[in-house]
Amino acid sequence: MSIFEIMGPAMIGPSSSHTAGAARIGRMAKLLFADKIDRAVVKLHGSFADTAVGHGTDRAIIGGLLGFLPDDQRLRSSFELAETEGMEFSIEEVKLREVHPNTAQIILYNKEKTKNLEIVASSIGGGRIKVTEINGSTVELTGRMPTLWILHQDRPGEVGIITSILGSYKINIAFMQVYRNRKGEIGSCIIEMDDQPNQDVITKLENSEDILQVRYLPRI
Amino acid sequence: MEYATIKELVSLAEAAETSIWKIVLQVEAEEEEMTEAEVRKSMLANLNVMKEAVDYGRKNNIQTGGGLVGDEALKLEKYLTTASKSEQNNIYNKMITYALATAEVNAGMGKIVAGPTAGVSGIVPAVVLAIGEENSLSDQKLVEALFTAAGLGYVVSRKATLAGAAGGCQAECGVGAAMAAGAAVELRGGSPRMAADAFAVALKNLLGLVCDPVAGLVEVPCVKRNAFAAAHAYTASTMALAGIESVIPADEVIMAMTEIGDQMPTCLKETSRGGLAVTPTALKIKQDL
Repeated sequence: MSIFEIMGPAMIGPSSSHTAGAARIGRMAKLLFADKIDRAVVKLHGSFADTAVGHGTDRAIIGGLLGFLPDDQRLRSSFELAETEGMEFSIEEVKLREVHPNTAQIILYNKEKTKNLEIVASSIGGGRIKVTEINGSTVELTGRMPTLWILHQDRPGEVGIITSILGSYKINIAFMQVYRNRKGEIGSCIIEMDDQPNQDVITKLENSEDILQVRYLPRI
Repeated sequence: MEYATIKELVSLAEAAETSIWKIVLQVEAEEEEMTEAEVRKSMLANLNVMKEAVDYGRKNNIQTGGGLVGDEALKLEKYLTTASKSEQNNIYNKMITYALATAEVNAGMGKIVAGPTAGVSGIVPAVVLAIGEENSLSDQKLVEALFTAAGLGYVVSRKATLAGAAGGCQAECGVGAAMAAGAAVELRGGSPRMAADAFAVALKNLLGLVCDPVAGLVEVPCVKRNAFAAAHAYTASTMALAGIESVIPADEVIMAMTEIGDQMPTCLKETSRGGLAVTPTALKIKQDL
């Protein structure tokens, strides 16, 4: 851990968990979606729901969805800016089961309604976050290291192909998680790396047969 | 090189005949594979954010989420312009003004540096900037003091919590004041051991502090508590510089804080279900929000 997590981060107040963490959750959702967001449904759970307005949690999440970092002054006026950018949004309350008190569920749609993304993410203290669910699959994604989220055909050897590509570019894997909902369908893996992959690596992964989607998530 | 306790941090500094800040800077550069100049630059950016927040809070009436605070620093500033010269130059008065200014900027969705959390972001800047002004210190010196503060806080984060929700306000205001106390000692020319003593006495005196914010907002009692904690930190640093030692070593005080935090009831740990948060006035405020 860096000392800048103690004397820092520079951020928009008033709360590292309810404001900075909330902005990071929004931004993480945007990065995972990787398309222009036409409509966002934000559902707040627990303490997030109880104290959203006073802490600017709602504005911070919307700001994050617009791509703002936790220290961006524009977080304060994110509702107005979302309108200018043509992003519709609604803020609702929700009661989720067995989640951290500071949790949000975010559902994003693109204009053609061809695609949507649903995530559940929590702000776990000091501005740190954890995405716990993507499109119904349980995951653990923190954004503390450069991360790849890859969807691939669930078949023998696929994970090996992915790790060899990274290895050939001298990228060291620090942590790796693999998931799937049903055997033989779509597998997903989350790879946290010591190094940042360049565009060549990402292209190579994208061009690999049986890899359906690659998202690079920089350290947040 | 690494350190996991205050004792180790002090030993490393003493062995190298240097200050705590230097060790913290070296370790950070090593760990993050950066040059010391780059690490200094990042901390200087934080220092500049701190200065801007103090400046803004001193001059403006701030609109906050709950509207319970917002003009405290402004009031102090006005009061001091009419007060005597000695009041104006009093370092404590400067500190409490700066701490309030930052904490209000934070409550109003302004930009601050969390240290160790956003709710107590006023403490370290107030102490460091006021001492800096008093002694006409360079930004580099102030940046070094921020490394001292960060290193001390880092040790706490490895051993204990820095979240009010887990450890009560002692983990936020207490640790913030302790970090500031250690930084103040080094800024004022004290030894690493004195910095550890200031850290220990500052934290000891805030042990048991509960987190009971009105309506769940970072406003009452948080904003004014930043001012008290800043003055508190400076007091601890003066005692340590005089050679007054902490009977209980810093690392053991951190252990005590954890134990107290564990025993503290949940209603007093940032849930707004106890203490000040359930007074008749607080409940009315919550209802009217």
